[in-house]
Amino acid sequence: MSDGVGRLPVIVSIIVALMLTLLPLPDSVAAFRPDFVVLILIYWAMMLPRTWSVGSAWVVGLLLDVAQGTILGQHALALCFVAFVTVRFHLLMRVFPMSQLTATVFALLALYQFLLFWINGVADVSAPAVSYWGPVITGTIIWPAVSMFLSGIRMRVQLGR
Amino acid sequence: MAHSRAGISNPARIPALGARVIIFMGFSILLMVLDHRQGHLERVRDLIGVAVYPIQIIVDAPFRLWDWMGDTTTSRSELELRLGRLEAERLVTQAELQQLTTLKAENARLKELLEAKRQMRDEIRVAEIMAVDANPYRHNIVIDIGERDGVYDGQAIIDANGVIGQVFEAGLATSQAILISDPSHALPVEVNRNGLRTIAKGTGEFGRLDLPFLPNNADIQPGDLLVTSGLGGAFPSGYPVATVDTVNRIPQEPFADVTAVPMSALDQVREIMLIWSAQTSDAPTAEPEPVDE
Repeated sequence: MSDGVGRLPVIVSIIVALMLTLLPLPDSVAAFRPDFVVLILIYWAMMLPRTWSVGSAWVVGLLLDVAQGTILGQHALALCFVAFVTVRFHLLMRVFPMSQLTATVFALLALYQFLLFWINGVADVSAPAVSYWGPVITGTIIWPAVSMFLSGIRMRVQLGR
Repeated sequence: MAHSRAGISNPARIPALGARVIIFMGFSILLMVLDHRQGHLERVRDLIGVAVYPIQIIVDAPFRLWDWMGDTTTSRSELELRLGRLEAERLVTQAELQQLTTLKAENARLKELLEAKRQMRDEIRVAEIMAVDANPYRHNIVIDIGERDGVYDGQAIIDANGVIGQVFEAGLATSQAILISDPSHALPVEVNRNGLRTIAKGTGEFGRLDLPFLPNNADIQPGDLLVTSGLGGAFPSGYPVATVDTVNRIPQEPFADVTAVPMSALDQVREIMLIWSAQTSDAPTAEPEPVDE
């Protein structure tokens, strides 16, 4: 709130991201579904780190766990850690040019999928290792569009006040 | 939830970030251990599920609307055609059913003679698969009834052609189910022709099951019907599962390489049925009437 953006736009964007995650897609396309929730949480954690950081990421992660029927805490842990890294380096990331920022987001998405992969491995959920790369690549590709769209919303809300 | 704290001079410092992340991650690990090792978190999951339910409903709604529009805008001639086809189908089914009644009575008499445990009728209820994608690493589906309708964990799910899966997490209003094609799913089956018992494992492909534990000299051939044997306790016996597709006997290996094709098109079903098996101890509380739309 101190950043001049109320909670409502952020909550709405997270709900939309959750819906996009649950939207049924053909199997061949679903393997390349970007991690919308992660992208949106990275953006808000970077821009409004005082309001949206590890705690909210953890809660959203739990919702994702229940919606997808995974082990309770899996997405929560991965999202929480990604939010931590983002908030830790948020000042740096804000001044990055888009190309560098996109590379950083690629690394964060890869980190997220690696954590999921790792927990799946410990819990004996088998999935081909290749399948973890699809969302990372598509997520990186759509990041510029997502961040510009969210910036537009943020500017509008901040100027409206 | 993280709260904003005002009055901090250094804008780069987020208060107690490291401590918070360690606490939250520790909590995640605790949850995962409890969930994975014991599975004691049913209530927690149900509670969070209440928050997820509206999102599932909204995502599913356009598909429901589309179905409804398709139903309401079909022409009279088309409906008549369908009615005629269904009538014909019903006639055939009823003719078969007549035989079935006599067979059932005969079967019961014979079983009584043998003093075998009497087989009871299973209760069945119709449900629908929601148009919601679940876990991307597994063959999961979300169905539109839950604990309040009497669904329980491990309940068998069939469709018109055969077994398709089982419930693995009954939520309050929706449930998660696992398909028989999931690589981590195994189902005790028997060959209908000779009663040979084995296990059908999922492969991760919708159209293929593996039968990994059959010796080379097992009496099995392509075209054999596999039905549930009821030995695992989760599935009632006698429901068709798959037909044997290929039998590849490898002389130097202990087991033959046998694959089967599921009876139902697992990636296309929408209408499913849940079975309340009469043998299970917790008898159904729900009435076996179709779900009202």
